[in-house]
Amino acid sequence: MKIECKLFATLMRFLPADADGHVVMMEVDPSTTAYDIIDHYGICHNEAYLVLQNGVYLYDEQKKIPLNDGDTLAIFPPVAGG
Amino acid sequence: MAWTNKVLRVNLTEGTLRYEPLNQEWVKDYLGQRGLGTRYLVDEVDPEVDALSPENKMIFATGPLTGTAASTSARYSVITKSPLTGAIACSNSGGFFGPELKFAGLDMVIFEGKSPTPVYLYIENDEAKLLPADDIWGKSVWEADEILHKAHHDPQLRVAAVGRAAESGCLYAAIVNDLHRAAGRSGVGTVMASKNLKAIAVRGTKGISNIKDPKRFMASTAQEKEVLAENAVTGTGLPALGTQVLMNVINEIGAMPTRNMQDVQFEGASKISGEAMLEPRESDGKPNLTTNAGCFGCTIACGRISTVDTSHFSVKDKPQYHHNSGGLEYEAAWALGSDTCVDDLDAATYVNFLCNEDGMDPITLGSTIAAAMELFEKGAITTEHTGGVELEFGSPQSLVWCAEQVVAATEFGKDLGLGSKRLCEKYGMPDLSMTVKGQEFPAYDPRGIQGMGLAYATSNRGACHLRGYTVASEVLGIPEKTDPLVSEGKAGLVIAFQDATAAVDSAGLCLFTTFAWGMDNIAPQIDSACEGDWSVERLLEVGERIWNMERDFNLKAGLTGADDNLPKRLLKDVAKTGPAKGRVSELDVMLPEYYELRGWDSTGVPTDDTRQRLSLA
Repeated sequence: MKIECKLFATLMRFLPADADGHVVMMEVDPSTTAYDIIDHYGICHNEAYLVLQNGVYLYDEQKKIPLNDGDTLAIFPPVAGG
Repeated sequence: MAWTNKVLRVNLTEGTLRYEPLNQEWVKDYLGQRGLGTRYLVDEVDPEVDALSPENKMIFATGPLTGTAASTSARYSVITKSPLTGAIACSNSGGFFGPELKFAGLDMVIFEGKSPTPVYLYIENDEAKLLPADDIWGKSVWEADEILHKAHHDPQLRVAAVGRAAESGCLYAAIVNDLHRAAGRSGVGTVMASKNLKAIAVRGTKGISNIKDPKRFMASTAQEKEVLAENAVTGTGLPALGTQVLMNVINEIGAMPTRNMQDVQFEGASKISGEAMLEPRESDGKPNLTTNAGCFGCTIACGRISTVDTSHFSVKDKPQYHHNSGGLEYEAAWALGSDTCVDDLDAATYVNFLCNEDGMDPITLGSTIAAAMELFEKGAITTEHTGGVELEFGSPQSLVWCAEQVVAATEFGKDLGLGSKRLCEKYGMPDLSMTVKGQEFPAYDPRGIQGMGLAYATSNRGACHLRGYTVASEVLGIPEKTDPLVSEGKAGLVIAFQDATAAVDSAGLCLFTTFAWGMDNIAPQIDSACEGDWSVERLLEVGERIWNMERDFNLKAGLTGADDNLPKRLLKDVAKTGPAKGRVSELDVMLPEYYELRGWDSTGVPTDDTRQRLSLA
């Protein structure tokens, strides 16, 4: 299945050279979870703090559930502002 | 005690200055800065007064920790009645001006009346005097700052001033200190100019010498600085990307107000984000962001120092903007960018420079321009009004032109200077104003972050994110994650944030510390600096008391529960995309519970029991 993965802020250093801005299109196995994507890029789990599946926050348990074809996974480090 | 116990009262009508002791009874209940300044205001100003009349007063107030060794101790607030909202105004700024007031031995400066001619206040430690402002009236903040530094032969002078926007009556004029820090919201600069007061220039060399328990205070502040340094947000994220790191986050979750809040996601968000500010430009190879910057005593340093591409149309023939200056924070970037659909980072940065140069609130400016663009789109504003200029969403030329009109105070610029509420009323489409109590929204659409809808509706100074930032919990998981799409439980969450924020705002500290600090990190710092036992519980009670005091002022000013509302667009028109697709703000569900938890009656008035419990008159 196809997944759109986006890395932001300080996690952009994990993006491959051919990434389009923040975005990497990935062809992955149907059993692939958010944690699998995070591990694929070698991102520490603590650093992948804000993980959004189609914009919806994933709790740690949900990061172990397989993603769906066409999902967008956006990953941020701990951030805040105002 | 950390207070200097000294207040400077300036009667601008009479041209007199006198010192008086700080009211120590009020200190016990209101702490300092926002709380204490507001306590003075409600005691001295009739809430029904015309905000721009001499009868309104304006108070510059520091907190007990302002200027101390505590991290982020840069803060001061300006408290007055707002000409934009008719409600209480309390605008908070950092930089170096607030600590300098403290080093001159002052907790507060209270301005009353109106000077017959333009003046500025000069303070050098125990000496203060009003001086003619003939040379700086009509000048920008930046020009006035330079002239005053030269006139007093003091490079370390700290200046807070209003620009040409305030002088021409723009209702959302800011007071800018240290060139690019601002008491930005609610038109506090407009009040200052209405008093013919152009600037305050202060030099203090007395330091801070009255900490209650210096040894414990130094240990406590050192320990809490370590907490800030080790926290990923305050130690790494904010210094690297500033508040602008939120641009992509909020867009991804579908709460990015776009196109005058018609949409909740902006396709150009990444182009005006914190990440984009780090990318080298094609023209000169330099990024927008030159460096980060910190206010006095800050160990976070979230501030942005930026340049605009010198070949960009906005600054091409304007060398005065070809240098480093205060760059985009998230709120400015959103309002000047996403809300107007402008994805031109240089254009937004240039307009942000204008906001600093001439003292305008970029949130209200951007939102008002967005409203004007929608009015133009719907035919209510035409090229006849604009002298042939088309106001189009997505046009950086339109954005820049509008901002320059406000500064120049042209006929249409004066319309824009009214803010979106009065602008939309004037052009016959009041529902297009995205405001609460007449003040424009910040950068979080309440359809996608339910708690923020309640926080906006109940904010005592009109729509504002800095009165109860539930985004921390609903989006960022600080201190714990709640679901942004659910309204249940948000009344209590909003109240908890509002009360804690009021306490932090009264201490002299920056709210951004709370991304790493809880009240149990803050209380020991206050307790070791100040007389009295300052526990977490007492600080939260102080916060609740301040909130109710501000509410009381607004009620006496003529506001009612009906003003705790949101524009129809956010209550009736569903979000079109993203996780909140199909949702509206559920304010009607949250508000009654909020009133009940606050101890207010069903019309939003604090009950006698609540007043008694909080020792409010």
